[in-house]
Amino acid sequence: MTPSSSGALTISDGRLALSGLLILVNVGLSAALRLGLSRSLLLASVRMVVQLLLVGFVLEWLFRQDDAPLIVLVGAAMALIAGVSAVQRTRQRFAGIYLNSLLSVMASSALVTGLAVTGLIQPQPWYNPQYLIPLLGMVLGNTLNGLSLGLDRFMEGLRSGRDQVETDLALGATRWEACRAVVRDAIRVAMIPTINSMMVMGLVSLPGMMTGQILQGAAPAAAVRYQIVILFMIASATALGVFAVVGLAYGRLTSADHQLRLDRLVKVGGQAEWRPAGAFLSWRRRGRSQEMALGKNNGQQD
Amino acid sequence: MPDPPTALDRPLLLSAAGLERRLGDRRLWSRLDLELAGGERLGLVAPSGAGKTLLLRTLALLDPPQAGRFSLLGRPPAAWGLPRWRAMVAYLAQRPVAGGGTVETNLRAPWRFQERRGRGGWNYERITGWLAALGRDHSFLSYDAERLSGGELQLLALLRTLQSDPTVLLLDEPTASLDGATTAAVEALLIAWLAAGPRAAVLISHDSEQIERFATRTLELPR
Repeated sequence: MTPSSSGALTISDGRLALSGLLILVNVGLSAALRLGLSRSLLLASVRMVVQLLLVGFVLEWLFRQDDAPLIVLVGAAMALIAGVSAVQRTRQRFAGIYLNSLLSVMASSALVTGLAVTGLIQPQPWYNPQYLIPLLGMVLGNTLNGLSLGLDRFMEGLRSGRDQVETDLALGATRWEACRAVVRDAIRVAMIPTINSMMVMGLVSLPGMMTGQILQGAAPAAAVRYQIVILFMIASATALGVFAVVGLAYGRLTSADHQLRLDRLVKVGGQAEWRPAGAFLSWRRRGRSQEMALGKNNGQQD
Repeated sequence: MPDPPTALDRPLLLSAAGLERRLGDRRLWSRLDLELAGGERLGLVAPSGAGKTLLLRTLALLDPPQAGRFSLLGRPPAAWGLPRWRAMVAYLAQRPVAGGGTVETNLRAPWRFQERRGRGGWNYERITGWLAALGRDHSFLSYDAERLSGGELQLLALLRTLQSDPTVLLLDEPTASLDGATTAAVEALLIAWLAAGPRAAVLISHDSEQIERFATRTLELPR
């Protein structure tokens, strides 16, 4: 059974256009209250429509493919975007942060999604894009938030808690003993959204995937089963990814000599715009020149 | 800056040679040598911004190495292990920090570090003895550490470090927030503590009279 042939009512072009009128409510409010949001609201609406229509075409094409390497490549590209986006939201950076984020996202999502398609859901074949791609997308979207929160909290925690960490180091603590509280706090904060959403799942929120399946004509009891698997996947991938990314950041911002290396941390200005490629390249350059400046001063210690 | 030769009964504790420190493009000092023998109290004299604090942090190996060779009792840092080195070459920061809980919680905390295992522990009599010398009674131990005044925080930090008997004490403005009487008590306490073993101290103070009272010799950092 293919998605297009199943139960949900098809939305015609005219009705789709009509739904766009709903945004005029927002534009009207913004104009009346002089919120200055009209432009961004319209821009965001246009982007959303264009991006989704394009994705619709891409997915139609993708779901017809039967080539494991190609599908895995698409999955890897999704993970790449997620890994880069996770870093985009942080207020501080260090050289190598993108690589750390990518490694964490790829390892955690590949492991968890891999387990799901080979063991839990078992589509035939395992790389069936109709299952693999949406599952991976949901795992990535949530892991991304966890990584952003964890990274940001960890770097900020080290910076604001610097005096406490160095006090402990000066008293003979190892780097782990000195940073443990900051690491724990970062992981805890990163897991809060996942835990919260599981807590109120079904009571406050009906997840999008389940709603979609039900509209599509699936029995709610069956849709719920999918949702349970998905939530466990999200929770474990987020936990693994956050653990990895904070661990890697800890290794980078401390040294084997039990020193705090906040000199490797650079604040970034408000990069609110989503420019993965541009920011990625410009950061690589900045990060490298900063490392070189440090390398110049390195002497031996004893 | 070579030191005068040390007598046999004053063992060489800490030596650092060829120290260099840059801050951005600015070179704070280079080819700086420093030796500390038992019983010595070295006063660091330099204008603001000359890097006095950075020198103490360098000796405690808290900053990434730039250049220099270090040795404590004849052994390099790698042979001691960095946590052990810092427990023996103890840096007391200018702005002390205390964690949550009472003063006593904070004084007990360092004893839980891996490095301290089997090296003694919380000693109530010793701490209250020191507190008495500083004009405080045992009720100080139950104060909320996060509500201490700047001066009280300095006392807490001093005792927290002293209780583990480091070999070299690096003091960064240790009495900056204390009144005259308590400052005198701290100086007397430190001199008595230093005399009780092969120990040495380095002192930074903005108060040149304190340097004169306390230091057995001074080191001037070049501008």
